[in-house]
Amino acid sequence: MSSDQKASTPARTPVYALCGNPNCGKSTLFNALTGLKQKVGNYPGVTVEKKIGETYSQHGQPIKIIDLPGAYSLAARSPDEAVLRDVLLGRRADTPQPDRVVCIADASNLERNLYLIHQILDLGRPVILVLNMMDLAAKSGIGIRVARLEKELGIPVIPCEAVNGKGLIELRLAMSRSDLPLPRHRWDIPAPIAPAVSELAASLAQNDRKPPLIARAEALLLLTDQDTVRVAGSAALTPQTASILQQWQKRWEAEGTDWAGTLVNSRYDAISVICNEVVQRQAVSVASVSDRIDAVVTHPVFGWLVLGAVMTALFLSIFTLAEYPMNWIDGHMAGLSDWVKSAMAPGDLRDLITDGAIGGVGGVIVFLPQILILYFFISLLENTGYMARAAFIMDRLMSRVGLNGKSFIPLLSSYACAIPGIMATRTIEDPKDRLVTILVAPLMSCSARLPVYLLMIAALVPGDRVPVASKVGIMLLMYALGTLGAFGFAWLFKRTLLKGEPPMMIMELPPYRLPRLRDVALQMVERAWLFLRRAGTVILGISIVLWFLSAYPKAPQGATPTQQLEQSFAGQAGKVLEPVIKPIGFDWHIGIGLITSFAAREVFVSTMGVVFNAETNDQDTTPLRQALLQARWPDGRALFSPLVCFTLMVYYVFAMQCMSTVAVVRRETNSYRWPAFQIAYMTGTAWVLSFIVYQGGRALGF
Amino acid sequence: MADTQKLSQLTIGASAVVREMPKQGPAFLRLREMGLLAGTSLRLVRTAPLGDPIEIKVRGYHLTLRKSEADQIVVEPSSAN
Ligand SMILES: Nc1nc2c(ncn2[C@@H]2O[C@H](COP(=O)(O)OP(=O)(O)OP(=O)(O)O)[C@@H](O)[C@H]2O)c(=O)[nH]1
Ligand SMILES: [Mg+2]
Repeated sequence: MSSDQKASTPARTPVYALCGNPNCGKSTLFNALTGLKQKVGNYPGVTVEKKIGETYSQHGQPIKIIDLPGAYSLAARSPDEAVLRDVLLGRRADTPQPDRVVCIADASNLERNLYLIHQILDLGRPVILVLNMMDLAAKSGIGIRVARLEKELGIPVIPCEAVNGKGLIELRLAMSRSDLPLPRHRWDIPAPIAPAVSELAASLAQNDRKPPLIARAEALLLLTDQDTVRVAGSAALTPQTASILQQWQKRWEAEGTDWAGTLVNSRYDAISVICNEVVQRQAVSVASVSDRIDAVVTHPVFGWLVLGAVMTALFLSIFTLAEYPMNWIDGHMAGLSDWVKSAMAPGDLRDLITDGAIGGVGGVIVFLPQILILYFFISLLENTGYMARAAFIMDRLMSRVGLNGKSFIPLLSSYACAIPGIMATRTIEDPKDRLVTILVAPLMSCSARLPVYLLMIAALVPGDRVPVASKVGIMLLMYALGTLGAFGFAWLFKRTLLKGEPPMMIMELPPYRLPRLRDVALQMVERAWLFLRRAGTVILGISIVLWFLSAYPKAPQGATPTQQLEQSFAGQAGKVLEPVIKPIGFDWHIGIGLITSFAAREVFVSTMGVVFNAETNDQDTTPLRQALLQARWPDGRALFSPLVCFTLMVYYVFAMQCMSTVAVVRRETNSYRWPAFQIAYMTGTAWVLSFIVYQGGRALGF
Repeated sequence: MADTQKLSQLTIGASAVVREMPKQGPAFLRLREMGLLAGTSLRLVRTAPLGDPIEIKVRGYHLTLRKSEADQIVVEPSSAN
């Protein structure tokens, strides 16, 4: 490629792609440039979808930037890596093809990072190289002669510390240049393979209608990945190209040429030549902090203790720390409700506001503190680097059920919410393993179940005399049940529906980092906002609709509130369901909750709020926990007996009750069959287990 | 060539140089793309609490792979590092 060419000034807004290995700081840099809030975390595979943002050049001109998932190679092995490749090669219809590239390398680990960049240089587009994490490089005794590297590659090279914002000005300056040079890319394709590459590139350009440089890059990719369908993407190769590829492969096999290996080796050879020039190493002999932490965290004994301690701390703080803010919110909601009652004349509108809106939404908002605590712990795990260690420790156990440690990361994320968990499965290479992980991820107890569990535990062990330990115990039991369920079903699916090879487990373990307060706080604020928004929209909407459905049609004058509810639309729906759920101890009130919480699990709580508020017609607002304890079957038995509360929790551990998850599973599996199957198997299991628990409990005399 | 052994048989903390990588299999291609080539030096950092997978340090970063893959990689122990 010639070296003195200058890229012409783009007429339209320039589009930059941010490319680099996983976990090298792309999203941190993207956030710093655009002011957006992409999720950042210290493990490979945080970003799994592209995100377009905008920043301004030095002269105030807009610049588009695309944050991308990380990849180790353009020869993508997993769906997240394929996103980077497809955007870069202009295969995505929904994304403008980037005309320039900002390559980011982790300076403390330059050789491996340069491999992907070496592939990107092949594309013949203007490139800016950012050397991120210069602080870490310095700490491990690595110096980089930046000017020398600039000369070697013929492109701007900018040392950076994305977390501290160092180097950003220089980067913006470089991005503002209209005359970005094309890289001087001296790399000869190894002789035994060169003729094949030019033949394939010619065919790709002619038959598959690819631009010449892309054709060359794709030809190289076809030779490093045996799976041509995967490389070609949605548009299959033309028969001409496919047959050329086959002929060459046959010939090399006969000759014993290791073509893919030769290609990789020759790239690394070229990289070594550069690195020998620019990287200066100083021996630092002290064991790094990371190593010392790992000696404990991945220790055969202490490792498990650490894992156990983290979980215990999490649940203890959910019960103890959250108490105060929770009572505070509870008090204010009751106060608000009482104020409305005193300020407005009795009537339907007043009931709608107090019973429907405040009763429904308030019942859910109370749980905000707990959800924040949960997210705080999870974001600590994500930002310190523990996540990757958890995968490392768990790999052996995961292999027993036929998955690998990488599947553990999406499962752990699903403790927060199944949706990001399911997105995170994009890092899994094997399609079947990915599908199995998607199918079982919603069994991990998510934050939306927390309100249901907490309400039921409050009803199950009322009063403050019960030691916190027993509440924590019940909670841990539910989480354990869901986790065991996920592993059990994964085992079953891998053995029956989705048989496959034992997967490989190749993963980078990043060094530990002190979490940035900003990242943790941002994540919590984001989740709190999402939660409140959901309470203010979906849950408020459902509560209002539900209030109407339970207030109409109006019963004749003089009917008790219970009779009114019973013959309302909502009551009738609950009654239809009752025969099915009576064997598991639920009545039609609970039935209404089961129906509405198909939208989202925490709606169960708001529904109970609306339903029981409508029934108790007194002037003072009773907290939902007490209203539940007063609920009775027609024959006078308590409805929420301890056994029923427990059964209800077991039901919610397993039942698939979340429309948003269903929608994401549909998109990620690209089928209606799998989400339908998921609803069926999860809700079926929920019913069967609830039946066993309830009937078994009754037989034992509970 | 001096004594060679499998990567999986290396003692913890020992350094070695890769001598042979298997040619076939997506796992080994990926390992090469991540910089594990014939001639690369590495150190076995630790094994996971349950014995598998293993963690190695190569080209300045930490990489984990399973013993089933490590079984097929031939290394020559070295005193360097
Ligand atoms: N010490 C140090 N840490 C950094 C620097 N830049 C980013 N980090 C940290 O590196 C980790 C990874 O950052 P991300 O921005 O999530 O990396 P990414 O490249 O987007 O990662 P993926 O989306 O997983 O590919 C985070 O813990 C950051 O705080 C830096 O310059 N120095
Ligand atoms: Mg990212």
